[in-house]
Order: sequence, then structure tokens, then C-alpha cells
Amino acid sequence: MALPKRIIKETERLMNEPVPGISAVPHEDNLRYFDVTIDGPSQSPYEGGLFKLELFLPDDYPMTPPKIRFLTKIYHPNIDRLGRICLDVLKSNWSPALQIRTILLSIQALLGAPNPDDPLANDVAQKWKEDQNAAIETARQWTQEHAKP
Amino acid sequence: MDSDDDFNSSQLSDDEIMDDSDVALDDDSDFEMDQDDMGFDSQDKDIKPAKHAYEVDFKVFSPQQIQSHQDKQIEEVSNILGQPPEATAILLRHLRWNKERLIDQYMDKTEETLESAGLGESSESNPPKLEKIAGFVCDICCEDGPELDTFAMRCGHRFCLDCYRQYLFTKIKDEGEAARIRCPGEGCTRIVDSKSLDLLVSESLKDRYHELLTRTYVDDKENLRWCPAPNCVFAVECGVKDKELMKVVPTVHCDCGHYFCFGCSLNDHQPAPCSLVKKWLKKCEDDSETANWISANTKECSKCNSTIEKNGGCNHMTCRKCRHEFCWMCMGVWSEHGTSWYNCNRYEEKSGSEARDAQAKSRQSLERYLHYYNRYANHEQSAKLDKDIYLKTEKKMTQLQNTSGMSWIEVQFLDSASQALQQCRQTLKWTYAFAYYLARNNLTEIFEDNQKDLEMAVENLSEMFEKPIDQLQGLKVDMLDRTAYCTKRRIILLEDTAQNLRDGMFSFELRKS
Repeated sequence: MALPKRIIKETERLMNEPVPGISAVPHEDNLRYFDVTIDGPSQSPYEGGLFKLELFLPDDYPMTPPKIRFLTKIYHPNIDRLGRICLDVLKSNWSPALQIRTILLSIQALLGAPNPDDPLANDVAQKWKEDQNAAIETARQWTQEHAKP
Repeated sequence: MDSDDDFNSSQLSDDEIMDDSDVALDDDSDFEMDQDDMGFDSQDKDIKPAKHAYEVDFKVFSPQQIQSHQDKQIEEVSNILGQPPEATAILLRHLRWNKERLIDQYMDKTEETLESAGLGESSESNPPKLEKIAGFVCDICCEDGPELDTFAMRCGHRFCLDCYRQYLFTKIKDEGEAARIRCPGEGCTRIVDSKSLDLLVSESLKDRYHELLTRTYVDDKENLRWCPAPNCVFAVECGVKDKELMKVVPTVHCDCGHYFCFGCSLNDHQPAPCSLVKKWLKKCEDDSETANWISANTKECSKCNSTIEKNGGCNHMTCRKCRHEFCWMCMGVWSEHGTSWYNCNRYEEKSGSEARDAQAKSRQSLERYLHYYNRYANHEQSAKLDKDIYLKTEKKMTQLQNTSGMSWIEVQFLDSASQALQQCRQTLKWTYAFAYYLARNNLTEIFEDNQKDLEMAVENLSEMFEKPIDQLQGLKVDMLDRTAYCTKRRIILLEDTAQNLRDGMFSFELRKS
């Protein structure tokens, strides 16, 4: 199936005007599959980490949202052990006018502002609520351990 | 006990229950006086229609009726609000068909209400239309060109027609949305109104769209429910509210022939209330009972953890698997027993008896459960077997017509007998789930008597189906009698139970998991 114009344009733009702190590169043999890296935002426990993700554009993209998953282990209340992400714009609030770049920016923002009240990883969220400092410390350690650039 | 608390608190709603049933009352015929012991103040509240205590008032609606209900309400509210019908429909759906709330909110803060329903700004002016705009690039497909048809609602998020269509197609066809489809624009909460939809979607999709709209109407209305039978298109209206479900079992009968519970949509489960049914089904599904049995009957080898059932013999155990030798009583290593062979007295009296008590208790609750479960399962199984017979009944009936020269009308007794049998078995089945949670008092004995009578009547009738065809003709009168008796016993049981349930005479031990 020929690649829709939309995907071609988005890819071109991602290549030519990359978002600072984010890179997304399509596979040569499958232009719907992207290798993504996101820098941990500064002032967050993920600072200094480089997080790898995989991104796939389904056939009905952009009517349905892209599928995204963290490949790097991360300690975050809205990201579970398998790297799945709980983010409204990836689910009910998806709009076909959103793009890969906007979604990745949302994910970066999620790293900067965890939301333990809408958890995906229950154990992490509970920790986050009970003892935030300890949780942040764990997140920092995990970043050191698993997200080395 | 918490179950009592639940019960007392739900008693507060008595007045409402009466009120609701009065609303649906047809004011005809002579009424049976309901027992006056509740002491209601006004006369008309004591009067109940000539129906059984286990029956509830309900109405069945066809899709056409549901549609006309909606149209009527839209028209009515549209006149009050001075909004066009399309906008009114969106507003009503937005507030889940709560007319009063909509009117209140609208009168209070018009703009906010419109905004939250996705109708922001004034919606009177120009109707939705397609436009061609020079220099436009669609944000969704990145196509451009002066010939591109585009569309935007009043929020101004403009996309090309193809993308809009595909978007709506995905929403309606794949996601089954209808009443609350939002503008495809990023972060826009405006809802696509029905006029825009009519302009955009194809004919085939329109049918699906309207069907979904009707569905949301029924889903949103608290007193409406779809009949859960496969392919059934009817909806049932019933005034029983969720909080009353501990006191009433609202079984309704759809025009398609299906009996179901209005409270939980499961098949008819009278006389057991919904919450007990849910608990019971969960309990039967869980393999917790297997675990219960294991804990009551077995112990684990203290070395290799194999589960061992002791089926006789002395306390000197030798594990088949790891050859570990231990004492069944104290679980200690056998060699430490020294000379006290075959009789362990190493533990002091108290802890020993406690351990025994704990085991006995666990075993007792298991046996109690099994008692009720076996009877429940037995009736379920028998009902299935009876159904097989029911399917064969038709054949029997033709055979009977041929061999005995009876007319079609004359052999109908077989059909009605097997139907009665089905219904009674269904009821009996649930009496056992009900009884499992029932706390004992004087009334439970009456309940059990009723249960016993019905069960005997059912077995007597069931037995007759086993008889060979040639004898059936002679048994007709007998069979008719037994059928009538079964039906009667069932009504008595349901009537009595429903009345006690409504009056709060039963209490349940819900903590039994």
C-alpha cells in the first residue's frame, strides 16, 4: 500500500525540523515503524536519561492514534512494566489533527509531570502518593541504571 | 452485622417504592387490599393492582415507539427553549435525556450550557455547507488544491470532505459513537450536530447513525433497558430503581418471549435478588471452593510441599514423592517422636484443639455450600434435560395425534406441562442460591416448606415425561392436574418470598464469600 501523503509530509518535517530533545527515525523497510528517543526533561527525575520508544502508525492512521511503547525501563506512575503509556491523547482524546511530533511532545511533558491520580502502574502510583520523595529517588536511580545515553 | 445495616438503610425507600408502583397503576377493577401493616397515611397508597407481589409493572417498546418518544420530547423541549430541534436533540443527549435538568441549566446559564454541549455561539445563522477555499491545506491528509471540498463547523476547524467523511465513518462504524462525536480538531469539544452529519455521511451510514442515536436514548434513560435476547429489538420500561433491588426482583417479559431481570439483564432469577445472584455466580465460578476443599482435607508435606490427602491409616506419613517421614498430627519429623509411636501428644491441648476447630469449621462451611450448590446445579442440569424432552415433545405430540386420534388442541397439554416444568426448575434453582445466603429465622422454615412443596410437585410432573407414548393419553388428566399444581406452588413460593423480601423480613449473611 502506498504511503499516504500525510505520513510522508510528517516524516519529512520530523527529519528537516526535528523537535529539540526528541528524535523519530522511520525504519527503512517499514516506513510506518519509527525508532524514537526522548531526552528526560530537565528538573525532573528523568533528567540526563535517554529513553527509547517504538512507534507504529496503523493502517487507519491518522483516524486512529499511533501505537507507542517505551522500550527503556522507566519508573513512572503512568507507564507500566511493559512500557505502555496512559495518556488521554493516545486514547479517547485523540484527534486526527494531532501529529507524531505533538504526541511525542505530550509524552515528554508527561515525564515532567507524572499524574499518580490516573495510574497505569498501580504500585508505582501508590508509592508516588505515599512518599513522593522516595518515589522520585527511585525514578532517578532507574534513570541512572537503565536510561544511560 | 453489615448485612443488617444495608437492609435497614434500604428500608427508607419504602415510600418511593409505593409511589413508583402507583404511577404505573391502571385505575381499573377491584383491588386486593395489600397488608396494612406498613401504615401508610393516604388511602390510595394502600391499594395495589390485582397482581402478584413478585410481579412488577413494565412496558415493552418497539424501535418505532422509542423513536417517537424521542421526537416528542425533543419537540416539547425545543418549544420551551426556543432552540431548533437539532440543537435541542444535542442538548438532551448531552444531559442524558434529563429534561428538567436541561431546562434548569439552560434557563440559568444559557451560554455555558450551549458551550458544554458543543453548541457554542449562536447556532441560528447559516446552515452547514461545503466550501472550496483557495490555498487550503488539510491538516489531516495534507492534501491541497483549489478544487478541494472542505467543511468546518462553527468552531472553524476546517478539513477536507474526504477526511471528515472518513473520520465520521471510523467513529460511527468502528467505535459505535453517535451522540457525542466531537469535531476532529485538536482539543475541540464541539459536537458534530445532526444537520452537519446529514450533509457529510453517506446514506448507508445514516441508518447506522440513527440506530446508534436511538440506542443512546435507551442507554441513558434509567427506566429503559434493552432486552438482552439475541437479535431482539425491543426495549423495556420499568420503574424499579437500583437502590430497590434488594427488596424487589423485577422480572420482566419481553414481547420476544424472553424473561429477564430488569435490574441486571440476566435471565429471570426470582426469587433471589440481583446482588445475591451476582455473588452466587461469582462464588460458583471461582475455584475458591476447590481451594476450600483442599484446605479442609489435605496437608502439605513439610519438605517438598506436595499436597497430601490422608485416606486412612496411622499418623506416620511417608511422602510418596520425597520419602520424607513426618507426623500427620504435628507435622513434625517422625524420627523426633522417639517412643511415642503412632500417637502424637507433643502439642499442648489448647493449640491442638484450636487447629482442629479451624479445620472443622472450614469443612462445615464447605459442606453447607456444597449442599446448596449441588441442588442448584442439579436443577440447572435437569432444566437442560427437560428442555431436551421439550424438544422431543413436539414429536411426541404428533405421534400422539396419530396413535390415539387426539386433535392438535387436545395434545397441547404436553407443551404446557414442559413449559411449566422449565419455569419451575428455573425458580427452584435460584431458591437454593437464595437459601444459601439467607439467615435463619421462622420465615426461612416457611420458605423451605414452600421450596420442598414445589420441588416435589416438579419431580412428580417430570416423572410423567418418562412414560411411554401409549400411556400418555390415559395420563392426560393427571398431567394437567400436576401441571396446574406446579404452577400454583411456584406462584405461592414467589408470592410469599417477594412479600417478605419487600417487607424486609429476611436478612442475609452476605459476608459469606
